[in-house]
Amino acid sequence: MRRIAVILLVLLCMVQGALASTGEGGKEPSPPPEGAALPEMKLPVPPKLEQRDYLGIKEGEYFKVSDTKADVVIIEVFSMYCPFCQKEAPNVNALQGLIAKRPELIGRIKFIGIGAGNSTYEVHAFRNLYGISFPLVPDVNFTFHKALGEVRTPCFIVVRLGPDKSNKIIYSRVGSFGDPQQFLDLILQRSGLDKGK
Amino acid sequence: MKKLKTPLLVLFAFASPLLLAAAAYGLSDQFQGKIYAVGTLKPVDSATSLKVGDKAPDFSLPSLSGEALALSRFFGNKNVVVSFLPAAWTPVCSEQWPGYNIMKSLFDENDAILLGVTVDNLPTLFAWTEQMGGVWFPVLSDFWPHGQVASKYGVLRSNGTSERALFLIDKQGIIRYIDVHDINERPNLENLARELEKLK
Repeated sequence: MRRIAVILLVLLCMVQGALASTGEGGKEPSPPPEGAALPEMKLPVPPKLEQRDYLGIKEGEYFKVSDTKADVVIIEVFSMYCPFCQKEAPNVNALQGLIAKRPELIGRIKFIGIGAGNSTYEVHAFRNLYGISFPLVPDVNFTFHKALGEVRTPCFIVVRLGPDKSNKIIYSRVGSFGDPQQFLDLILQRSGLDKGK
Repeated sequence: MKKLKTPLLVLFAFASPLLLAAAAYGLSDQFQGKIYAVGTLKPVDSATSLKVGDKAPDFSLPSLSGEALALSRFFGNKNVVVSFLPAAWTPVCSEQWPGYNIMKSLFDENDAILLGVTVDNLPTLFAWTEQMGGVWFPVLSDFWPHGQVASKYGVLRSNGTSERALFLIDKQGIIRYIDVHDINERPNLENLARELEKLK
């Protein structure tokens, strides 16, 4: 009887292993759902003053996304090693450019990049190569990547911040956001910024 | 002892998928689920006898460009980084080279060329690097005789793949840096950059 139980357990190990390694039957990593609150993360405060000013945060060790002085925060989970993220970088810059051209949006929509598995050196390399001006947070131990569901990269999570420091996810998807103008329109509509809220 | 066996197996049964899942961190959506998850592997499964200061063993391997490429071709004019990756279409490997691909300036500034080597055959390497969007550096196949160069460098694993290893070779053909890395992790780019800087 005991021998049968042991054989069954070994088989269970093998089946579970196979499922995990093929992804079949296993849970596909997915970002936090739209409508939910953003998982709490203690992000390292950017060392550069201009980036702290951009986020509207003070010098210190950590900050939360909800500390950002903005109505909407666009979080990009990326990796400098991810070819898709490399291709998407100019698109993200284009989106930032569109926002900068709208005086009524200045200071209301901000960006934060989280470099999954990337060191400080690696996020700096990515920033320099693509001329990225918003803060890129290194996440060498995948801490924030895990908090956000171990998503594939790039992944965009857009958060609507409330005056009460609430942070509701209004967009959450893996892959390119597509056309920057259409994406901006979608964010404005979902956040209510298009109605001047 | 017998009493212990069953609980241990139960623990293993439930822990095994967690161990395997760990390798999926940071995977680019570029590969659209086409990456074969290998799970967590023995970090290093070989022992190189090469050391810093040794003459780098010469080799010639077929490349994706169609011509065979010899290491000695670069002696006297370029520093060489040889990047052995364990296998195409696997996690970590599928992001390591795309990272190097955007860092061409790092190699150029240090008068270095990068040679990518795996034990896969050329058609596999072609499909894989195309999925990455192409790479600027030569990609060499150590497929046949299988893993001969990896073996020469002491980085052929017992299952026929190679280690995740970096060898930095100066213009005189002398090995200046060796990183036989934990196969489950990506080598830190900063370390390689620092070693390249030392050659200036």
